[in-house]
Amino acid sequence: MAVKVMIPTPLRQFTGKQSSIECGAATVGEALGSLTDTFSDLRKHLFTDDGKIRSFVNVYLNDEDIRFLDKENTRTKDGDTISIVPSIAGGSEPCPKTVSESKRFKV
Amino acid sequence: MAIPTDTLQQQEVKLSREEIQRYSRHLIMPEVGMEGQLKLKRARVLTIGTGGLGAPLGLYLAAAGVGHLGLVDFDVVDSSNLQRQVTFTTADVGKPKSEAAKARLSALNPAIDIVSYETRLTSENALELFRDYDIIVDGTDNFPTRFLVNDASVLLGKPNVYGSIFRFEGQATVFGYPGGPCYRCLYPEPPPPGLVPSCAEGGVLGVLPGIVGSIQAMETIKLILGAGEPLVGRLLLFDALAMRFRELKLKRSPDCPMCGEHRTITKLIDYEEFCGIRGEEAPAMTDGIPEITATELKRRQDRGEKLFILDVREPHEYQICNLNGKLIPLGELPRRVNELDSSVEMVVHCRSGKRSADAIHFLQTAGFKKLWNLKGGVLAWADEVDPRMPKY
Repeated sequence: MAVKVMIPTPLRQFTGKQSSIECGAATVGEALGSLTDTFSDLRKHLFTDDGKIRSFVNVYLNDEDIRFLDKENTRTKDGDTISIVPSIAGGSEPCPKTVSESKRFKV
Repeated sequence: MAIPTDTLQQQEVKLSREEIQRYSRHLIMPEVGMEGQLKLKRARVLTIGTGGLGAPLGLYLAAAGVGHLGLVDFDVVDSSNLQRQVTFTTADVGKPKSEAAKARLSALNPAIDIVSYETRLTSENALELFRDYDIIVDGTDNFPTRFLVNDASVLLGKPNVYGSIFRFEGQATVFGYPGGPCYRCLYPEPPPPGLVPSCAEGGVLGVLPGIVGSIQAMETIKLILGAGEPLVGRLLLFDALAMRFRELKLKRSPDCPMCGEHRTITKLIDYEEFCGIRGEEAPAMTDGIPEITATELKRRQDRGEKLFILDVREPHEYQICNLNGKLIPLGELPRRVNELDSSVEMVVHCRSGKRSADAIHFLQTAGFKKLWNLKGGVLAWADEVDPRMPKY
């Protein structure tokens, strides 16, 4: 099955700046596995050390959250789109400037 | 679909002749009309943050005639804000943001009531601040405050109009709407500090918060009017470079610690600790990482010592200013570590010292020993050694 994995901006630095990657996979887990095999720097951003998807990373198959489907085992069809949706917090400043500043409650 | 608030229904208000003229383009629309405009006039909206998202939000809500606007911000206007925070002018640099925003919005619409709160939003003051308002709009820029805004909104049963941005990508939705999901249904936990690329990937295209903040303003006005379909249960994703909007379904999570069936959070907590920021306070900077100050580095260079300089920032940052070091961005370091010689003494630097500390951690595990972290990065170099070097 050919599926498209959409890469969000914060993670594109690990995929050679590509915004989407096509791969063959029968489940969402296989697609992400194939993705992190190709781009190994991405692995620690998506998976915990014991191979689970990190809780602050949401994975969608088309427009459905896989937590409400069959999680990593959710089966894919040809032409499906998998989206990785990480939490982003920006709004006012682009990022905390330093560690000591980052502990301020900037509103 | 109007929000269930008492204030929207009960207060007796009228429009003056001037107001009727001012809002005439609303009044002639059946979706707003006199009834809608009066709802706007009665509405009480609190915006958290008057920065990039808060700028269009404040301007459009004030212009639309939202009768009571609260503006929370403790920061002061910096010249680097002006690239996107369009409420402020060059003359506002150095002024408190909440005050400068209030002055600008009052000038735009003197008929509305604006209260500025020059304070940090904290677990101690959030509930008290939120209580007087019908709708909370989250225009903050960090995870602790986002979780705080969510939890306080859920505890008080108020909708939380959410928007966030990163470089050229934005997200928007409405949390805390009756029956709808909350922020924790989507993100139960914050990312640990350091795992989500931050400073290395920082920056934001100035127009982006203008677009996402305008979406938040639109959703706020729709909630007040009870018009259309609110952005509830849907996460809007916007990619400005591709100029593409996508929409994902958001569901209320039965396991949500805040609004689920077995909620475990019943009061506000310490959000900095929750986001792991306290734990990061004494990080790596001193913990097993030898530091060198900019002054000391200069002194040693002036003595003719050969120190290898490794710059772990991004190429576009190198173009702004540099110390003639070898450039290997932090994200590329694991792959390119073989380009480095572990036998020579090496000073690693970034903008402020955080990424270089991460780089040194990595290099230490790769067997490098003669390492120094440039304390305070190029910013410290500009302060201590070379005042002509631009800071960013």
